[in-house]
This record gives sequence, structure tokens and C-alpha cells, in this order.
Amino acid sequence: MNLKTRSLPDRLHSPRSQVFKNWETLLFAVAVSIFVVNSFASPYFLDAWGLSDATFNFTEKAMIAFAMALLIITGEIDLSVASIIALASTAMGAGLQLGLGTTELVFIGLAVGLLCGAFNAVLVTVLGLPSIVVTIGTMSLFRGISYIVLGDQAYRGYPPDFAFFGQGYVFWVFSFELVLFAVLALIYGILLHKTNFGRTIYAIGNNPTGALFSGIRVQRVKFILFLLTGLMSGVAAICLTSRLGSTRPSIGAGMELEVITMVVLGGVNILGGSGTILGVVLAAFVMGLVTFGFGLLNVPGIVMSIFIGLLLIGVIALPRLWKMFLNRR
Amino acid sequence: MIKRFLIARETLLLGVILLLIALVASRFPGFVSAGNLVNVFNDTAPLIILALGQMVVIVTRCIDLSVAGNLALTGMAVAMLNSVAPGLPIPIILTISILLGAGMGLMNGLLVWKLEIPPIVVTLGTMTIFRGIIFLISDGKWVNAHEMSASFTGFPRAETMGLPVMSWIAIGVSLMFLLLITRTSLGRAFFAVGGNPHAAVYTGINVGKTQCAAFVISGALAGLVGYLWVARYAVAYVDIAGGFELEVVAACVIGGISIAGGLGSVGGAVLGALFLGVVKNALPVVHISPFWQLAISGAAIVIAVTFNARSNRSSGRVILKPARSNS
Repeated sequence: MNLKTRSLPDRLHSPRSQVFKNWETLLFAVAVSIFVVNSFASPYFLDAWGLSDATFNFTEKAMIAFAMALLIITGEIDLSVASIIALASTAMGAGLQLGLGTTELVFIGLAVGLLCGAFNAVLVTVLGLPSIVVTIGTMSLFRGISYIVLGDQAYRGYPPDFAFFGQGYVFWVFSFELVLFAVLALIYGILLHKTNFGRTIYAIGNNPTGALFSGIRVQRVKFILFLLTGLMSGVAAICLTSRLGSTRPSIGAGMELEVITMVVLGGVNILGGSGTILGVVLAAFVMGLVTFGFGLLNVPGIVMSIFIGLLLIGVIALPRLWKMFLNRR
Repeated sequence: MIKRFLIARETLLLGVILLLIALVASRFPGFVSAGNLVNVFNDTAPLIILALGQMVVIVTRCIDLSVAGNLALTGMAVAMLNSVAPGLPIPIILTISILLGAGMGLMNGLLVWKLEIPPIVVTLGTMTIFRGIIFLISDGKWVNAHEMSASFTGFPRAETMGLPVMSWIAIGVSLMFLLLITRTSLGRAFFAVGGNPHAAVYTGINVGKTQCAAFVISGALAGLVGYLWVARYAVAYVDIAGGFELEVVAACVIGGISIAGGLGSVGGAVLGALFLGVVKNALPVVHISPFWQLAISGAAIVIAVTFNARSNRSSGRVILKPARSNS
């Protein structure tokens, strides 16, 4: 889908990586200023419990965004994540009807996530199909299965100890989800920036053919990343289901857009090849703070989605407009 | 060679559709009555029109996920216009809806052309922006049948020469596309851009401009369908045609339009849409819950894209397996 040949970074500190260092500084500044503006705009903003509640706006999405960032850096994409949540949640609900306990439900959620990821992975890496179409297809397919199972019904009555994943607190105002988010951020940060596996991800994104010729098993790496994205969707499904306490087939609808926005806002190149986990973490905070601030100001959800759409386009458009402006002078 | 293959593919799809109709008819003969078949076609008309618009976009290596949002926004705009000014004649309404839709398509196109933003990102973004704008202009309220004038809602349903106007529009658009694709330089440019953008540049084709044109066409058709949709169902609200963009892409993929660009035909798009239309209308007849619809179109996309890739595989000797770059 991309027509331009991208220049490859031939030095370790290319101007490009410098730009992305700046990008994260910029994001950090944005996050801080939103924080300050919000605390002036609403007297209810600066409250430990309120802020703790606000983190639920982004923790589940960010979990998926970490894996998605890796996938997008290799030049693939997964649009089916929200539908995987629906299917995993439906499977857990079905398990609940069979009288399974919390441990089994968690296992089911993770297993369904992995299976869906594997399904995408086989279609993309083994059969060699374009990931955009495949995941548009599985996006309908996975959620469609939830609709077949549930129709207009809902699963309710999850066991009390299952509620811990979405509603429990580990320590003071630090919820289980927030702690999980921090741990996952660390794991993905190390995976992407400190391991050989992480380096192969960048290599594939910058030049798949070159990566293959230098002995990287391109398809296998992509396979693993689709699995990881599926698994993360399973984790998010557990958290979301636990937080909502019920399963409907429309659960998490449209979340794929927010996940991708988060990744792109975090400075990950949508065409692959560059991006950092730190950027994604900061983007998660920015989006969470904005949503929370808007919520306090009584802005309806659908208006926030305009903002997210504008953010998605604006984040890519503004630097390019700026460049055009500079070139013209 | 390619042309012959395409013909074979379309006949195959036509065969599948006929087989499907025959299967349903063997149990429920009422399904193949002329009246019902007209209904099925009329019901599929919006999908056919949008699939044709999507086809040129996909052929140029882009994708337009904002068509359903565009449709809903235009539909809401003309419905509100009609409730304010009921006397406005239909040709003006049609012109406004097409222009509005084309304007939104132009926005997508310019972002893709001038700023070189990947089409999937642009249209994912505009998809939600359009929906949000509907909420802003309508304040979340519905425009109901009693607020629309009789001529406004009557137009797509009016029967002329045995078919409702909506069906005639779908047929007309299909014929125009046939001309556009096979007889104009723009039609050739779409395929040139999709087949090999670098070569297209050397033959003097402006790749970005051609892609922008594809988006404008897709947007204009989405606008047209926006009015037809709202008038036919006599209601407009924020979520009309929610998720319809996926069905449109599904119709194209089933019709053999390659997402890698440069490959596709008018017949394929129409037959792909008809396939989904027949499935959709057959489900209630054979007593399967309409909740199956989503999963079936999803499965159809996956199967069709697998099938496309299998049949497009080159038969040359593979010396070293090339790595695929991102689609």
C-alpha cells in the first residue's frame, strides 16, 4: 500500500531517530500541559482516586497497543483486536455457564486470544495474504461468532474473585490493571529495545528482503507477533469483562481504532521501521488524560471520537505539513 | 490471459450465486418468484453502488473505510435539509448529496495525495470524524418519516418499467463504470497506478492525483447512496449503515478485486455485492438468525482473499523465496 521507497538508516544516530527522541519529549510536554490545563479546568481533576479511575480509560487499550506497536513496526497491522476481545469474552461467558471457576475462565480468555492470533498469523505468514484484508475479514468473523452465540443476549454473573482483574487494587490507588500495564510496558520495552528479537523487528520493518537475506526468519517473527497481539487481546478481554461484569457481543466495539491511534500517536511509523515503547506509553497517558478531562467537562463520547480521529490524522499530517512549509520557504 | 482468467472468475462467482439461489429455491420456491428477486436486487442496490466506488479505490492500491460514515453524514444532512425545506425538488437534493459526498471523498483524497498519509489511516480517522459530525449537527436526534416530505421518501421507491428507481440507479452506475473502466483514460490510469505505480509515473500519470480521483468517485457514490438509504428507510440517525464499510470491502474482495491493486472488474464488484445480497436475503427465508450475517461476510472475505492469492500465484520457478513487504 505504500508507494515510496524509504531511506534506510545507515548510521546508528540518524537524524530520524533524533526526530523521534524529540517526538517523545513533545508527547511528554503535551501530557504535562493537558494535566495542568485539566487541573485548572475542573476542580475534580486532581484527586488520587479520580485519576486512578481515569487510568482505566487506557490501560486495556495500551496492553494491546504494545503488541500492536511491534506488529506495525514490522509493517503489518491487526484490525481484529477488538473482535478478539468480543470472542474471548464470549468464550469466557460460555465457560461461566458451564460452571467454571476464575482460573479456568482466565485460561479460556488467554487461549481464545492466542487461537485468534494464530488464525491471523497462519493466514498472513503461511498463506502470504495481506494483513489488512485478512484482519478486516477476521474482524467481522470473530465478532460475528460472538453474535451467533449471544445474539441480543448477555452473559452475566461472573464470580466475585474474577472481578479482581478489572476492579481490584494491588496497593492504595494502584489498580491491578495499572500495575499490569506498567509491568507489560517494561517487558515490551525490554523486548523491543534490548533483545535480538527487538532488533529483528526493526530490521524487518525497514527492509523485509534485506532482513531475510541477513538470516532473519521474517515470517516466523511476524507469526510470533500476531500470536502476541492475540494474547494481549485475550488479556485485555479478561480485564474488560471483569471490569464490566458482563459480556455482550458489542463489547469493545471500535477499540481497534483507538489502539492504532495510540500506537501512531506514540510515534510509531505506520509504514513500519521505527517507533518506541516509551512513545506508546506516553501516548496512552495523553489519550487517557484527554478522555478523562473531556469526561469531566461533560463532552459526549462520540465527540471525543471526533477528537481521536483528528488526532490520528493530525499526528501524521502536521509534521508533513510542517516539512512542506519549511521546504517552501 | 488475465482477461480470460477474470471472465472465468466471474462465471464461477455467477455459478455460485445461481447455485445458492437454486438451493434456497429447492426448499422455498417462493424465493425465486420474480417479485422476490426484484426485492433482493433492490435491497442489494446500495451495496452494488458502493462496491463499484470502492473498486476503483482498491484498484489504485488504496482503501476507503469511510464510505459508511460518509453515507450516514450525507443522509443526515439531506434529511435535515428536507425537514427544513420540504419543497426542495429531488434533482437538487440528489446534486447536493453527490457534491457533499464528493467533498468528503476529496478530503480523503487530498490527505492521501498531498500529505501522502496511508489511506487506511486517513479513512479510519475520517470514518469516526464523519460519525461524530453527524452527532454534532443532529444533536443525537433522529429525523423520522413524518419529518420528511412524501416526494423525498418516495423517489427511490417509485417504480418505473418494473423496477424501483433505486435499482435503476444501480444499473445506471454499473453501466457508467463499465464505460469509465474500459473506455476512458482515467479508467486505464486507475489500473496503471495500481498495477505498477513507478511505471505509471514514467508514462506520465500522476499517481496521487489518480488516487485522489478514485476517492472522489467513491465519496460521490457514498453521498448518492446516503440520500437513497435515508429516503428508502425513511429515517436518519447517527448509526445508520454502521459497519457497512466492511460489507463493501467484502463485496470487492469476493468479486476478485485484488487488495494489492491493479486487478478487478466491474462485473466482479457487482457479482460480489450480489453474492452478499443473496446470502443476506436468503438467511431469514431458511430460518437462520440474522446474527449469522456478520460472521458469514467475515468468513467470505477470508475465503475469497485466500482464493485470490492462490489463483494469482505466479508459476515461475522460485529460486529464492522473496520476503513480502507490507502489502
